[in-house]
Amino acid sequence: MKEVNKSIPKIDGMGLVTGKPAFTDDLAPADALVVKILRSPHAFARIKSIRTDGALELPGVVCVLTWRDVPRVVITRAGQGYPEPSPRDRFTLDEFVRHVGDDVAVVGAESEEAAAAAIRAIDVDYEVLDPVLDFEAAEGHPSVLHPETEAREMFPIGFDPNRNIASAYEMHVGDVDAVVDQADIVLKRRFYTQAQAHVALEPHSVATWLDLNDRLNVLTSTQTPFHVRRIMADALERPLHGIRVIKPRVGGGFGGKQQVTGELFAALVTLRTGRPAKLVYTRQEVFTSTCCRHAMRLDVTLAAERNGRLQAIDMRILSDTGAYGEHALTTFMVAGAKTLPLYNRVDAVRFGGKTVYTNLPTAGAYRGYGAIQGNFALESTLNELAIELSLDPAELRRINMIREGETSPVFAIMGEGTEGVAMNVGSCKLDYCLDRALEMIGWQNKARRRVVDSGRVRGLGLAVAMQGSGVPTIDMAAATLKLNDQGSFNLLVGATDLGTGSDTILAQMVADVLGVSTEQIIVTSSDTDQTPFDTGAYASSTTYVSGNAVVKTARAMRELIVGVGAERLASSADDVEFDGRTIRSRTGESISLSDLSTELFYSRNQQQLAVTESYLCQQSPPPYMAGLAEVEVDLQTGEFTLEDFVAVVDCGTTINPNLARVQVEGGLVQGIGMAMFEDVRVSPQGRLRTADLINYRIPSRMDIPDLRVEFAESSEPTGPFGAKSVGEIGIDTPPAAIASAVHAATGVWVRDLPITPEKILRALMVVP
Amino acid sequence: MKFTLMLNGEQRDFDCEPTRRLLDLLRGDAGLTGVKEGCGQGECGACSILLGDRLVNSCMVAVGQVADRPITTIEGYSRTTRFAVLRDAFGKAGAVQCGFCTPGMIMACEALLRQNNRPRAPEIRLALAGNLCRCTGYNMIVDAVETAAREGKGLW
Repeated sequence: MKEVNKSIPKIDGMGLVTGKPAFTDDLAPADALVVKILRSPHAFARIKSIRTDGALELPGVVCVLTWRDVPRVVITRAGQGYPEPSPRDRFTLDEFVRHVGDDVAVVGAESEEAAAAAIRAIDVDYEVLDPVLDFEAAEGHPSVLHPETEAREMFPIGFDPNRNIASAYEMHVGDVDAVVDQADIVLKRRFYTQAQAHVALEPHSVATWLDLNDRLNVLTSTQTPFHVRRIMADALERPLHGIRVIKPRVGGGFGGKQQVTGELFAALVTLRTGRPAKLVYTRQEVFTSTCCRHAMRLDVTLAAERNGRLQAIDMRILSDTGAYGEHALTTFMVAGAKTLPLYNRVDAVRFGGKTVYTNLPTAGAYRGYGAIQGNFALESTLNELAIELSLDPAELRRINMIREGETSPVFAIMGEGTEGVAMNVGSCKLDYCLDRALEMIGWQNKARRRVVDSGRVRGLGLAVAMQGSGVPTIDMAAATLKLNDQGSFNLLVGATDLGTGSDTILAQMVADVLGVSTEQIIVTSSDTDQTPFDTGAYASSTTYVSGNAVVKTARAMRELIVGVGAERLASSADDVEFDGRTIRSRTGESISLSDLSTELFYSRNQQQLAVTESYLCQQSPPPYMAGLAEVEVDLQTGEFTLEDFVAVVDCGTTINPNLARVQVEGGLVQGIGMAMFEDVRVSPQGRLRTADLINYRIPSRMDIPDLRVEFAESSEPTGPFGAKSVGEIGIDTPPAAIASAVHAATGVWVRDLPITPEKILRALMVVP
Repeated sequence: MKFTLMLNGEQRDFDCEPTRRLLDLLRGDAGLTGVKEGCGQGECGACSILLGDRLVNSCMVAVGQVADRPITTIEGYSRTTRFAVLRDAFGKAGAVQCGFCTPGMIMACEALLRQNNRPRAPEIRLALAGNLCRCTGYNMIVDAVETAAREGKGLW
């Protein structure tokens, strides 16, 4: 039965539509203590003293915990490989608070009201310190964010806390300076990208309890259950085998749940009181106290020949990781690693810079993970170069972009935190994506600038992008498959469905290999007690890495069935066929899978057929895409609307075309939000000005045109069924495509995101 | 204070402060966890319910304000034929992603279709503007409403 490349509905879709209990807060024990966190009002301070007795005397207050009550273990909250490439610069609770909203004390109480009253009754005396609020002034600032002696890097990442540097990195191929010196044309541009908030609709939620055997159970909205278990064991100084982490349905992640958030605090309350506890972040806390996208300053230099051939790319970045260095180095590196290989014909390439600490909201993983920042800077500079060269920007891409079968030295040099892996791209239909997207938007037939009426002008712009598929030599996924009587299968995967549909597509792949229907695959995912390991849902890894794992597992199961079936039919494995329903021998004897599996349990050759296989990511084949935008700008006000967005994506085989399309569309909308208005803003004192959905606006249905998404015919030789990843690629192109469309319409380059009417108008008033 | 609410077609008694958020009563006291809290400020629409025929964010309503009007949440609505049509349309269009916004989105669709049983795309966009979704590109949700209006002809 062919189950792959079919748009079957999500297997959990019907339950979710009816609103059945599915998410952490729906499933938390009814008698759970309510946990709340007292948060810092200061951007940078030392806690001189905390008095908790007033709070503890209040009715319904069960416990109040401060930094003195928790183990002093230095951790990183980032859920990544181990040893982690993020610096360990954080304690569960600390005597220093490093941003407004940082964690000060933990309350466990019988009700929301009692917990809130306790928070108000805690008396803290702060020594307020001079905060670092400008990331361009962070390096060497007199205020040092991390003076603690325990802070350390797990391997060399350029960590220099005394100078507020979380990580530093340099690479080069060839002699960029020499090439630049002799080039026909050199273009240097500076860009700024802002912090962006994830705004997954489900706030970060966790419930904890001790089970019959006093093991700590943690039900949590996470992208990385296994990393959470490891980090919790470390931070709480508990044996890892005493912790079980379970991920129920999750209401979106986008990177924001790729770190430990409330898990440690709920666990502290449960361990202290022996009682179930739950912590559901308010929307405000999600904004102030989880994480956001790293803001960056990017300097790009391009050297090119008159004919349009790129000779050198130089990219220097300063990245703002906020108060803690979660994903500091890796996000930084991806800004280069997932952009520079797009233009693999250059003679020289250089990339480097630093990630610095500030007393601003902590940055972390966010869909795109550096690539969207790097893409905006690199693609915008290319668009400017096209104008300097009087070349069609599409033609400039055609001259320089990577093609199928080719390689880039960057693949081997740059991984995520460590060296990368050399690779010739086995699938790359970027040329098709670009041509098809141009055709869809009518690039040839439309002027790039069109006057609609007096004062209203339309413009077209483009960008191309790449991402990756997992982290090579680090990301590992495993799957277990067992056969039930009457012929159904349990698929157990560590892979983490965040609402993306990964349970569905993994079941589809298994069903296809076995020749059964997807309904016969019962999926259990992301439970550290029940499912095998998987690094988790990040780095665009699930379809590719977890997908390869389930395909391997299903093939092994198929062999087992054929072997046992052949034995049953007194034949040999080479002489039987299994079509998913029936095992048949050449002599015409047969037994159905349903009967065979029931016999295996109850009557003949009794045994449990089960198999576990693992897949270690070997390469990270990039998905590619071309994104084209059409905007309409009001020249009087600078206001503009996005009229059309066309995306053509090469993600290899689409395992479920409909779910792949939602991934791309959802990514586009977040990229459009980042391009046009989303912006995490703080006051001069470091207080978040955008801590709610009124002041931090995400695109609603009214902001988004009918997105047009198509997929290239493509098949990745190393991918499961020819698939690559699709989770992140959609977000990358909107900023550069929209910026170039705005330029086409107005002549204004906006090089700092978001592209607001104010910025356009201000520039229009200067442009002659 | 004691309240008798008409909740999903049944009379139910509650004892709480009149200022208690309806959302908390629904999720907590009544155990109706299909009503989701996404922001607590009336901006995201995840807690949408029907108060009579009117779509409201239950995080912005106090229990004391609603005693005289029938309340419909996704749990009650999901027992209706209209829901089945919307559910199938959402499934067919692939409009369910993480599912957190979906119950509220479904209630918004019902409120729209009660007022306008043949909505055009711009009307659907406007009607759903108060229900945020961070996973999809919204296109599929609009497709789903159009399908439901067509397939459910005569139901609304």
